[in-house]
Order: sequence, then C-alpha cells, then structure tokens
Amino acid sequence: MSDNEVAGHARSRMEGAFQPSPEMGPTPPSQIYGHFSDENPEMVQFVDADGNRLETNETNAPYAKIVEEMTSEDARIIYRDLVLVRRIDAEGFALQRQGELGLWPSLFGQEAAQVGAGRALREQDYAFPGYREHGVAWCRGVPPENLLGMFRGVNHGGWDSNENNFHLYTIVIGNQMLHATGYAMGIAADGDMGTGDPDRDAAVMAFTGDGGTSQGDFNEALVFAAVANAPCVFFVQNNQWAISEPNEKQFIIPPYQRARGFGFPGVLVDGNDPLATYAVAKDALDKARSGQGPTLIEAYTYRMGAHTTSDDPSKYRSSAEVEIWKEKDPIKRMRGFMTERGHADEEFFDAIDAEADEIAARVRKACQEMPDPELPTMFDQQYTEHHPLVEAEREEFLAYHAGFAEEGDQA
Amino acid sequence: MSGTRLSLAKGLNAGLRRAMDKDPKVVLMGQDVGKLGGVFRITEGLQKDFGDHRVMDTPLAESGIVGSAIGLALRGYRPVVEIQFDGFVYPAFDQIVSQVAKMHARSLGHLKLPMVIRIPCGGGIGAVEHHSESNEAYFAHTAGLRVVTCSNAADGYWMIQQAIESDDPVIFFEPKRRYHERGETGIDEEGAPELGLYDARVVREGTDATLLCYGPMVKTCRQAAEAAAEEGRNLEVIDLRTLSPLDLPTIMESVKKTRRAVIVHEAQTFVGLGAEIAARIQEECFYHLEAPVLRVGGYNIPYPPSRFEEEFLPTLDRVLDAVDRSLAH
Ligand SMILES: Cc1ncc(C[n+]2csc(CCOP(=O)(O)OP(=O)(O)O)c2C)c(N)n1
Repeated sequence: MSDNEVAGHARSRMEGAFQPSPEMGPTPPSQIYGHFSDENPEMVQFVDADGNRLETNETNAPYAKIVEEMTSEDARIIYRDLVLVRRIDAEGFALQRQGELGLWPSLFGQEAAQVGAGRALREQDYAFPGYREHGVAWCRGVPPENLLGMFRGVNHGGWDSNENNFHLYTIVIGNQMLHATGYAMGIAADGDMGTGDPDRDAAVMAFTGDGGTSQGDFNEALVFAAVANAPCVFFVQNNQWAISEPNEKQFIIPPYQRARGFGFPGVLVDGNDPLATYAVAKDALDKARSGQGPTLIEAYTYRMGAHTTSDDPSKYRSSAEVEIWKEKDPIKRMRGFMTERGHADEEFFDAIDAEADEIAARVRKACQEMPDPELPTMFDQQYTEHHPLVEAEREEFLAYHAGFAEEGDQA
Repeated sequence: MSGTRLSLAKGLNAGLRRAMDKDPKVVLMGQDVGKLGGVFRITEGLQKDFGDHRVMDTPLAESGIVGSAIGLALRGYRPVVEIQFDGFVYPAFDQIVSQVAKMHARSLGHLKLPMVIRIPCGGGIGAVEHHSESNEAYFAHTAGLRVVTCSNAADGYWMIQQAIESDDPVIFFEPKRRYHERGETGIDEEGAPELGLYDARVVREGTDATLLCYGPMVKTCRQAAEAAAEEGRNLEVIDLRTLSPLDLPTIMESVKKTRRAVIVHEAQTFVGLGAEIAARIQEECFYHLEAPVLRVGGYNIPYPPSRFEEEFLPTLDRVLDAVDRSLAH
C-alpha cells in the first residue's frame, strides 16, 4: 500500500462525509486534509513504515540532533515500552470482554505517540491525561494495575497523582487541559523554570484527542498558557476519530496550525514514529522548561480498535482504512529500524515478548483479586473537614445495614 | 463586636489582605482584579501591595479561570477566584461541579483543592440582565462543595479568611447590594471570629416565629422583625451564613422554640434552598409545628428587567405577609 493511496483514501473519505459548497470559503477541505497524510511536508518523521531511517530534511532537521544522540539502549527502552503497553492494553480489552472490567478505552495504534511523549518527560515534570493515556502512565511509572480501578468500578482512579506526577484520568473532555495550564503557571510562579538546573526546571504535558480540540477548555488553556508563558506542552493525539466523528467534523484548520494563532508554535509529528514523537516532545519540553513557553504537538496517528469496548466502529468507518494503518504499525516500524541498525537481536525481542506475557498475567491477577470497596468508605474522603450531613448519612447507612445483620442473626 | 466600622466591601478587602499577609500561597485571580481592584473594588490596592504574581488579571474566560486555579491548587497554591457577576459563573460551572467538587473524593483523599470561588450575588442594584442572579442552589446541590454567604462587614472580614483557610473548596457568595453597608468588624482585634464558617447566627431572638434568611435578605428580615415588633410580634431572625452544609441544629432549636418558620431568599422558590430547609424542618420538627413552613422568594421566572425587581425580590411587606399567614394558623 503506497502513501499515495493512503492520502487518496483519506481524501475520498473526507469528501464523502463533508460536502463543501463553493461559498464555504477559500480553502476546500480536500486540500486541507492533504495536510494529514504521510506526504505532508510539515510532518516530522524519522523512520518510514518499514523502519528505514529517513534523510534529514527541512522539517525534521530541528530534531535530528535529539535522534542522533539516542543510544541503542534508548531504542531498546522505547521498544520495550511499546510492546508492554500494547500488551497491557490488550489485557484491559480482554478483561472487559470477560466481565472483569465494565469498560476499557484502548490505546491500540497510539503506542508510539504516548511512549515518545512519556519518555521525553523528566521526573519532575507533570502529565495531565485524558482517559486513554495508559502508555504515558506506564512511562511515568504508574503501575498498570492502578488504571483498572475506575474501569472496574471500584474507584474513580484513586492513585496518588503526586507519586509519579501523573494526574488522575479525566473523563470530561478538555477539563484537564486547564488543570495542566494552571499547574504550569504554578511552576513558573515557584521559579522552577528557566534556572538552567536540569533537576529543577519543570514542565507540564497535557493530553487530549482530536475531538478534544473543539472544547472551550482546550482553547481557553491555550490562551491562558500563552499569556502566562506557562511551561506547558499540549499534546494532541489525532487518532482521527472522536467516537464516530471524523476530523472534518471537528476542524477545518488542523490543530497544530491553530497554535500559531494563540501565539506559540505548533508541530505536526508522525504519531506512529516513536523516534519522531520522542524528539518533538523532548524539544518542546526543553523549551518549556527553559522558559520559552508552550508548544502544541499534534501527533497524527490512528485508533486501531474501537473507541471503547462499548463502541462499534464498523458503523462509521471502513475496514479498508484500518488495513492501511496496520501497515504503519509503530512496533513493526521500530523493530525494523532496530534490526536494520543492529540495536537489538532476536533474543532481545523474544525476551520482551516473554516479559509482556508476565506483565499481562500480573495485571489479570491484580484485576481479578481487586477487592470491592468496603461499603461505608463510600462516605469517606468526601470532604477534608467535618461535614455534618455526610457524617449523619454515614451513620444512617450503617444503622440501616446493621438492621439486616440483626435480622440475619435471628433467622 | 467592636472595632472599626467598615463597609462589607472594605471588610472583604481587609480579610483578603490579612489572608495574603499570613500565607504567601494565597493568590487572587480573576478579570480586572488587579489595577482596577475588581468591578466592585473588593481587591482594590492588593495588586499594588502584593504584586501581579499574587493578584492576577486573567483572560476573560471563566472556565479558564476556575480550571487553571485547580491546577494552581494542585501545585500547592490557595487560589481565591473572583467571578465578576453571578450570571457569568455558568461557563465555569462544568469545572466547578465536575472537577472542583470531586477532586478530593475521586483521588481517595490524596488531593486537596483549597480554593475559594467568590461570586457577587443577587439583585436590587438596577442592573441589566445576567447581573442579579441567585444561583446558590446549583452549588449547594453539588456534593463536594461548601457554600457560604456573608451578610455584613464583620462576616465579610472573617468568613473570607476562614474560607481561604479551609482545605475544602468553598463557593463564597457576596450580596452585592449590601457591599456598601457599614458595620462593626472586629478588625482591630487580634482575636478569633465569633462563629465558625459553618455556623448560623441568631441575629435577633424572638418567640413567635423564626425568619430563616441569608445574604441580602438578612437586613430585610431584621427590618421586618423590627416592624413586627411594633405590632407586638416577637420574631426570631437567623442568618444561615452557611448553605452547605446547613447548620441544622441552630435552625431546629429555633423552630422548636417558636413553632413557626418562614424561609426568605431572593432565589426562585422552586427547588430552592428554602425547599430543602422546609423538608428538613418537617422531618425533625413535625410535632412542634403550629403552621406549615412557608417560603418567600423570587417568582419562578428568570430575573426580570430591573424596573420589576422591587416586585420580584422579597420585600419587608412580603415577609410580614408570610408571617401573618403563619400566625393565622
Ligand atoms: C465533555 C464531554 N462530552 C462528551 C463526552 C463523551 N465522549 C467520550 S470520548 C468522546 C470522543 C473523544 O474524542 P477525542 O477527543 O478525539 O479522543 P479519543 O477518544 O479519540 O482519544 C466523547 C464524545 C465526554 N467524555 N466529555
């Protein structure tokens, strides 16, 4: 499948779904959607679909040094991440199908975008995810078991965000973009930006999808971050679908181009190329930490599976489209690159697969053994301080249940 | 209470100043709060004295203000957010109910959001539409928030400090038509406030019926009680101060004593705070009551053009009329 065909396919889909009238404006959507193909000269890429290292060109040149400085060990770390997060994700999906989880939003296809971004973060940086960022969570060191609670229905997340500087998942699309911005404003106010001390200077990365870019909060976050020169990197994973709605239902100008209008740079990166996502994210974070303000990164990728386990993508997209994106698989691409460069051998790849099996088993076991919360804890931690209503209702609740226990005793 | 007589606006300003003096993590943010001191001048002079890092003029975007304040709170700050007018809090409603209210619980107690959202509230100032709303019920209905309202200068001074000190998020309503009314503040005293943030106050003791009110209606109810006294009726007036949680013991104690209750607020009565209070009284004081619990409030229409507001808002006469109806039982 050639890239030409991909671009052609993408265009025909757009035209079918969105019929512009001549009065609509100067730029026909079909032209704009030309931006979203492997041929877009503005898309940063380092490795092609087969794993071949691309020549340095005008677009990737600013990031080439970062890629060149990456060692074999760096490549192996990234490869391991890609494989493990895919496996953790697959386990989440399977656990839902087996009734252990109520829902699972899969990251399948988006591993390179998340791992590149996640590995570019430093320990003191902070990530604000949506609900699909299992790969970023992994890179932050959040145990994958922690992600299951909310999908099993035993909590709303519940991990201590400050342990790994990874905020709780945020379900209301766009809310977290502002939390990230405010947190970044706090970093600036604390003076933890632009000191030149690599262990002190910090930045924030905020994650959302292509649909999320339509939200007011997303746009307000860009305004706030820009005027405050906040060290915040906005990372849009354009997986091309917001449940059933394609890109052309969300925007006419691609998100990365929109950044300019807010007063900071936007970068389009091949979201299936882990070297490119890492390099672009690292560059943006370095700039943010050094006090050069925000960047918007649009990682152009594809959601290979359903939106969540409740979704049926066959209703709105063709399987031919999915086939095209299979060819661009990030793991296949990374493996090709590493083999070609001699970064790793078969033994390494096999060992990672074995490790993936172990982690999958661990996640499964943790999920199955996850206890239901003790009932009265429903009333706990609602407020930090004394709250008479909650306390009274807790007492009522306990008394009500104690009544059943007594009946049971008599029987 | 003794001490300097100030307006409610100046009391709030002094309270904010004192909180900022005490804790460098307290930051103010909102539209026009800097040089201008806010459209009601509540933050006047604070940017000059504390700098624009602590008193931040924000872009004109309410969700942005509240959402970024959440991020600052997560970073260890104690943001005090000003919403310019009650009718403009709705763009931030999502952040308040979806995030501010829930962050502590959903993190199983790991995260705290010690933030205050100040909302000038209510009508009676002849404003254009969207400038006179009483939207406290939306927030009181949302678990995870605390909702309070001041009615006088002393409470403005002390309650704003108590709200800032709270580790829970507090929605802080300021009755804008009382901003310029003066009263004793106790500001010169080193001492502590008379009441906790979540305590109601018995403004006037009485025996014949209880008027339950808050914010702008406290003055109206006090005047109604004075007028009733001339007719030989002795009304108790309670300033609720806290709307969530309600100070139920104070309410119940009074109603059990007077056996009659009239709840007065500016907001529309339908599904308003008064409905909740009436239901609670009915549950706890059923055998003490001599009359149904009555409510006086705004009519169930959107806040009307200002030429109608005298009719829309509960007046002294409407309050006395309700008292008459109660006493007729
Ligand atoms: C404010 C809001 N509206 C609607 C939804 C329901 N919803 C959940 S995911 C989703 C689509 C999001 O698409 P996108 O931002 O592209 O992210 P993706 O799911 O593709 O990662 C919608 C509409 C929501 N969670 N929040």
